[in-house]
Amino acid sequence: MTSELSALAVRGLTKRFDRPAVDALDLTVRVGEFYALLGPNGAGKTTTLRMVAGLLRPDAGTVSILGIDALSDPVVAKQIMAWVSDEPMIYDKLTPLEYLEFVAGLWGIDPRQSETSARDLLISLGLEAHLNERCEGFSKGMRQKVALAGALVHDPRLIILDEPLTGLDALSARHVKGLLQQRVRAGCTVIMTTHILEVAERMADRIGVIAAGRLIAEGTLAELRQQNGRNDTSLEDMFIALVDTEAAAA
Amino acid sequence: MSSAAHIGWFARHEFRLAWREWLAMMTGGRRRRNRAVIGLIVFAAILHLPAYAVVGRFAELQFPLDPSALIVLSGTIFLSWALMLSQAIESVTRVFYARADLDLIMSSPAKLTNIFSVRIAAIALTVSSMALLLSVPFIDVLAYLGGAHWLAGFGVVIAIGLSATATAIAVTVWLFRLIGPSRTRLVAQIVSAIIGAGFVIALQVVAVLSYGTLSRFAFLSSDTAARIAPGPDNIVWWPARAALGDVGMTMLLIAGGLVMLGVVMAVFAPRFADTVASVAANPAVTTRGRSRSFRVGSRQHALRRKEFLLLRRDPWLLSQSLMQMLYLVPPALMLWRSFSDSSTAIILITPVVVMAAGQLAGGLAWLTISGEDAHDLVATAPLPPSRVTRAKIEVVLIAIAAVFAPMIIALAFASLAQAAVTTTAVIIATASAAAIQLWFRAQAKRSQFRRRQTSSRVATFAEAFCSIGWAATAALALTIPLAAIVSGILTLITLATAWKLSPRRG
Repeated sequence: MTSELSALAVRGLTKRFDRPAVDALDLTVRVGEFYALLGPNGAGKTTTLRMVAGLLRPDAGTVSILGIDALSDPVVAKQIMAWVSDEPMIYDKLTPLEYLEFVAGLWGIDPRQSETSARDLLISLGLEAHLNERCEGFSKGMRQKVALAGALVHDPRLIILDEPLTGLDALSARHVKGLLQQRVRAGCTVIMTTHILEVAERMADRIGVIAAGRLIAEGTLAELRQQNGRNDTSLEDMFIALVDTEAAAA
Repeated sequence: MSSAAHIGWFARHEFRLAWREWLAMMTGGRRRRNRAVIGLIVFAAILHLPAYAVVGRFAELQFPLDPSALIVLSGTIFLSWALMLSQAIESVTRVFYARADLDLIMSSPAKLTNIFSVRIAAIALTVSSMALLLSVPFIDVLAYLGGAHWLAGFGVVIAIGLSATATAIAVTVWLFRLIGPSRTRLVAQIVSAIIGAGFVIALQVVAVLSYGTLSRFAFLSSDTAARIAPGPDNIVWWPARAALGDVGMTMLLIAGGLVMLGVVMAVFAPRFADTVASVAANPAVTTRGRSRSFRVGSRQHALRRKEFLLLRRDPWLLSQSLMQMLYLVPPALMLWRSFSDSSTAIILITPVVVMAAGQLAGGLAWLTISGEDAHDLVATAPLPPSRVTRAKIEVVLIAIAAVFAPMIIALAFASLAQAAVTTTAVIIATASAAAIQLWFRAQAKRSQFRRRQTSSRVATFAEAFCSIGWAATAALALTIPLAAIVSGILTLITLATAWKLSPRRG
């Protein structure tokens, strides 16, 4: 279910390190949309999303989250947004429940509501047996699931995920994908980067391809195929063709 | 490749890693190494001044020594050995738990006994090299003022470095067998902290109880110590005799150290693989926490609660804090004594407490401000960065208050004025340490706590000099108030310089 309201509107977003990482990027993601952002390594996907999440200050441009100017009013924007990085950042010495209690406390959620929600989330991610174990002994997949549960416990309206399926086994990946689709059905917006093109192909309402900090293609799978002029081609073939063309042009 | 060639190749690899690690530690990982090396040389040259103040008066000592001097010299050598043992235990623990290449080595067809023998030798080399470096200013001063015979001291340093490494390996492997791999890490860190501080503190405790002073030399130079000390030919004086220029004795000590290390290599190197494998099989403790309801509170409350929980569960901090607390035992004993006799030596409590508070606050501030494992989570939380910082600083202040308040309250019963001065100085020292950590904060993992001093040399020295400065200011405020003003101004200048040099000025 998608609507014409924009959950994320990025205009002229620019960030330079040694070279331009994100180059005057324009990007719009509609409310209730599952948006997959694809691109080769070093294309600027993570930098873009870190700027949207308020982790990196852009050199230029604007970021609007559900109509809120995220650069001038970051606290209000952060209240309705969640960020999950590819490297799960959790506290080794806390248990998953303690971690979620902390996250809920940071977002100012009523403990009665957040406790039920935390338990349900962890159980739905298959962590029922580990609710009260410290995270220090967890595998990367388990840590990723705890981080994801932390991102969802405050019921965000925009969820930004950077490679969330890295290190997850097939069952865990299915749990995560199911949970994200459930959130999208409930009206939440999900923006996700991934190198697993099959995931983008199956799950995303729209796909954006970024290279050298610029959006080089965008649309539904059908629209991308149309743009590419071949209706039977896979996303993988289209992606490689787009990136190769862009590299040749550069 | 033959076995000998293989050992040689691995030794080169190991020493290259040790060299780069040492260089990174010395330069704080910066690229401008030449500047860092020049800075270090200048610093080492400056260190000759305090070295002169500490050991200059002993330069004329010759063998045979009177019993008191012999005991003081032997005690100092034993203290150095204890400190090296502490560092070696820490290094050995790191080899078991923290080296990223263990999987590669264990899965290679190389002979593990050889590889671990080289690794033991590398630990010995690292420990001895560090000790040699630190001893250079002292031995230089002694040799310049007293004669070349003092250069034998370098041999003694090498010998005690070798024996400390051998003992550290034996202690750590014994701990593995006794309490298992999962607990050894924490226990070894605590043992290392206690050994490092224990000898000095034990001497101070004896001095307080017997002579009413905090001087660690009071007992060593006493008649009682001279009376119970063994005869001049006893083995316990060999290190002192070697340090005074007895070349034969120095060679004997080095040979003894090498034999100890060789025995440890022969006995423990074959078992290292099993020990490492048992660590890998137990990657972490599976600790079950209590299940309880989520608590109500503000966002800052949530941050403070998390910080306290992590501080409480942090083994490194536990051992470091224990060391700070251990240093407080002698002044606490002195305080207790002062209730029965009104000794003026009680003034010495103030600088010790202020300095301990400054050091502990620095460590806590680093852990809460820089050592944030979930940086992205906190940074994307809906609260302004200033409130996050405030909550973290509040944690440092509350922790310092909890540790030092009982002592200051007890001090108030002995001297209200001194308690007031101590309280003020503790607050200022804590605020200074927290401010320095704020100005020099750099995102890091809590597990990097050991390396916090290498991330910024300026911050490390500023923190140390401010703690010393505020401790001196407090002591002078109680004895020579005019001098306290000068000392206070100098400490403020140190703080201002740190701010000026900090990357987050303003």
